[in-house]
Amino acid sequence: MKLTLKIWRQGGKYKGEFVSYVLDKVSEHMSFLEMLDVLNEELVEKKETPVSFEHDCREGICGSCDMVINGQPHGPMRGTTTCQLHMRHYNDGDTIVIEPFRAKAFPVIRDLVVDRSSFDRIIQAGGFISVDTGQAQDANNTPIEKTTASEAFDAATCIGCGACVAACPNASAMLFTSAKVAHLSMMPQGKVEAKRRVQAMVKQMDEEGFGMCSNVTACEAECPKEISVENIAKMNREYISAVFGSETSV
Amino acid sequence: MSLTGLFLISFLVIHLIGNLQLLIDDEGEKFNLYAEFMTTNPVIKTVSYLLYFSILLHAVQGWMIWRKNRAARGQGYAVKVTRGAKGNSPKVAKAMGWIGTVVFIFLLLHLYQFWFQMKLDVIEYVEYNGESVKDLYSLVSVTYEDITFVIIYVLSMAVIAFHLLHGFQSAFQTLGLNHKKYTPFIKTVGTLYAILIPLGFAIIPLYMYFLL
Repeated sequence: MKLTLKIWRQGGKYKGEFVSYVLDKVSEHMSFLEMLDVLNEELVEKKETPVSFEHDCREGICGSCDMVINGQPHGPMRGTTTCQLHMRHYNDGDTIVIEPFRAKAFPVIRDLVVDRSSFDRIIQAGGFISVDTGQAQDANNTPIEKTTASEAFDAATCIGCGACVAACPNASAMLFTSAKVAHLSMMPQGKVEAKRRVQAMVKQMDEEGFGMCSNVTACEAECPKEISVENIAKMNREYISAVFGSETSV
Repeated sequence: MSLTGLFLISFLVIHLIGNLQLLIDDEGEKFNLYAEFMTTNPVIKTVSYLLYFSILLHAVQGWMIWRKNRAARGQGYAVKVTRGAKGNSPKVAKAMGWIGTVVFIFLLLHLYQFWFQMKLDVIEYVEYNGESVKDLYSLVSVTYEDITFVIIYVLSMAVIAFHLLHGFQSAFQTLGLNHKKYTPFIKTVGTLYAILIPLGFAIIPLYMYFLL
């Protein structure tokens, strides 16, 4: 199929503008990233700068392949990343607009690549367990109820891609932060530092300049791992109880 | 936002119950005596100051959040499609700022038409059993003889309905009360509330215009 791509180019000779490319002979079996690879090969042959985009695992678990495709982070399919999106969902003659994730806290480095180290700093603020949990335990040594384990696992499937921020009209990072807070606070090892963790991570999130949640739920709709906004409520609950119900302050 | 919102939500119920007395066929005696009680009782007066403060705080907070959220996006998208999670419509949630602004403008008109007239003491008095009270009932019924004000009022109620539709359940979500067991209940109650309360308010001027 023949496609027209309007891609955001920024860096080098491009000041930040959309550039149109016509790509012929796109196979429906290609993934979206493979289609971009083909475009880049053509650009390199023509001695033009290829389009920069992030990618790593290409199997939907690393959270690198961030881009907004026709207004939707990771494209039109629910519960998938860009690398899992295939060209069979497009038709011959389609125009596809490809933009980087947009947020003050995600500055564009080049073309479609954004700097998501603000997420790293949120994790550094408290998204870990620092208490000594001893040697590797025998399986089932620490009893955790199945539903709790499943809920924690659902939150833990967050790959930190940032689609929630890109999708949110407020560029809020509540879904990401809450997934991490909820995941750790449901585990016995994580409960120990729960009061400090939630306050530290929320504080860092605010300092990074993310917006505030107004319960639009676009984050859940666009999340490639379909993380539920219930986690946001969980985090708010934790936050309120940590601020008003504990002596721990950050 | 959530706390002031929930306070205003509870106020609307009281306000509606009071206003429904306008429909009683007694030339407004019950309503006028109720209005006298609401404006002179010290406890109610104290709560009313809390109410004015809440309205202003809710509006100011909303405006500040709107500003902060706009700044958080920075450069916007050339193409943007906003989908909601399953069972959620993002349209109302996204428009809350504009909807709220319309509600605020309506409130200014509404307060000027009734509350301000009461405070200015420019309305007539009426006597019940030797007690002289302000005749708010007549002011209301004269106001809603004008079809323009009836239309403005009814449309404003529709706007408020959308504001409540998102606001009700959103307040619970913000306070951390989202849970598989009781969220469906909150959503049902919220939807019923958002429809029935504005409908109850809208019936009053319609009744007064068409049936009185």
